Amino acid sequence: MQLNIKYFGLIAELTTCNEETLEFSEATIADLKEVLVEKYPELKTKDFQIAQNKEIVSSNAIVSGEEIAILPPFSGG
Amino acid sequence: MNRYNRHIILSDVGQQGQDKLSKAKVLVVGAGGLGCPVLQYLAAAGIGKLGIIDFDIVEESNLQRQVLFGTSSLGMNKAIAAKKRLEDLNPTISIDAISEKLTKENACQLFQQYDIVVDGSDNFATRYLVNDASILSNKPFVYGAIYKFEGQVSVFNYNNGPSYRCLFPNPPKEGSVANCSEVGVLGVLPGIIGTMMANEVIKIILGFEHVLSGKLLCYNSKTADISTLKVNKNQSEFDKVLNTEKLTDIYENELCEVSIKDISEEELATLSNIQFIDVREPHEQPKLEMKNCIEIPLGELESNLQLLDSDKTKVVFCQSGIRSKKAVKLLMKQDFNDSFNFKGGISPLLEALKQNIYER
Repeated sequence: MQLNIKYFGLIAELTTCNEETLEFSEATIADLKEVLVEKYPELKTKDFQIAQNKEIVSSNAIVSGEEIAILPPFSGG
Repeated sequence: MNRYNRHIILSDVGQQGQDKLSKAKVLVVGAGGLGCPVLQYLAAAGIGKLGIIDFDIVEESNLQRQVLFGTSSLGMNKAIAAKKRLEDLNPTISIDAISEKLTKENACQLFQQYDIVVDGSDNFATRYLVNDASILSNKPFVYGAIYKFEGQVSVFNYNNGPSYRCLFPNPPKEGSVANCSEVGVLGVLPGIIGTMMANEVIKIILGFEHVLSGKLLCYNSKTADISTLKVNKNQSEFDKVLNTEKLTDIYENELCEVSIKDISEEELATLSNIQFIDVREPHEQPKLEMKNCIEIPLGELESNLQLLDSDKTKVVFCQSGIRSKKAVKLLMKQDFNDSFNFKGGISPLLEALKQNIYER
């Protein structure tokens, strides 16, 4: 399945793009994390949450949506 | 009242809505980039009681975005400087300036005196503290946070909605996310995000339907993109806080792994042969102008260990004592065991040296 992935904040700096399309054949959000860490090893040390189809989901959720967002926490004020 | 005429003539607000605003009590944590616009609009809107808590002082590098302050505010405590300006903006409201740090000791007692809390802080320890204290004192809190050109806004702990921990359950490792003074921020961004936060506060008070609860709004000032993502409530994240019934510092345990030696003004007098290490960014003021002081920003410390004098006792300081604590932790891990964290940052340090507590 084709996933459209949006990156936010320092994650977008690390991937050097705000958005990309990725071919994904695994099952869960945890699998997706692994695929992303393989592509961007530095992600391993970063904290982030994943949203699919505009909803924050947990690691055991099944990847069903095409629209994924990778969100790091921001601390600035 | 003529002052609020443009509110009152709005059919969704009216005199009734304006009365609700004038009876509301709102606490703003942090009078920085986000806190300033929040305070300006809430004061102007006639919020009956505004609390401002901030221990920091106004620095020149703040003026690029913290437009509540002027050159005449430099060196003043932020809460007090904000109160001074806001009293001119709207003398009909009551403003309480608290020039302290929000801590696990004072948070709940303070939150209980207000209806809504606004988190305009600039670090994760305070953000998790605001979240947990608002759960324990059962107050909604309006959240905003920024990174370079991007911002996040949400309302947590409102009408049985999710909390900040439902969105980010695990606090990031200390130091893994840089703050504005380390990476920079476009001045208008906190203005935009802070104004959105003030808008949510007013929506809550007026009882509007579509409060930004259960949703995280993400704004990118470069692309003008806005994404609104759904956040679900996770009761176990509330239970974690409710079951412990007391607040904890998220980094306390992490810091305990290596025991960091904090020293105070009095203890400084007992040390000799000192090398001071200023781990702030180059623009931060005031400086410690002493021959035995070197400046290495925290982010560059690890790659500049050769600048440290291994024969001397190292006393590390920053603006408030948070970054210096991280720096000492880093030094201890590199076996610089005679390193101390100066508690409270540059202000008490200068005070101590002025009083000649210890010999130069």
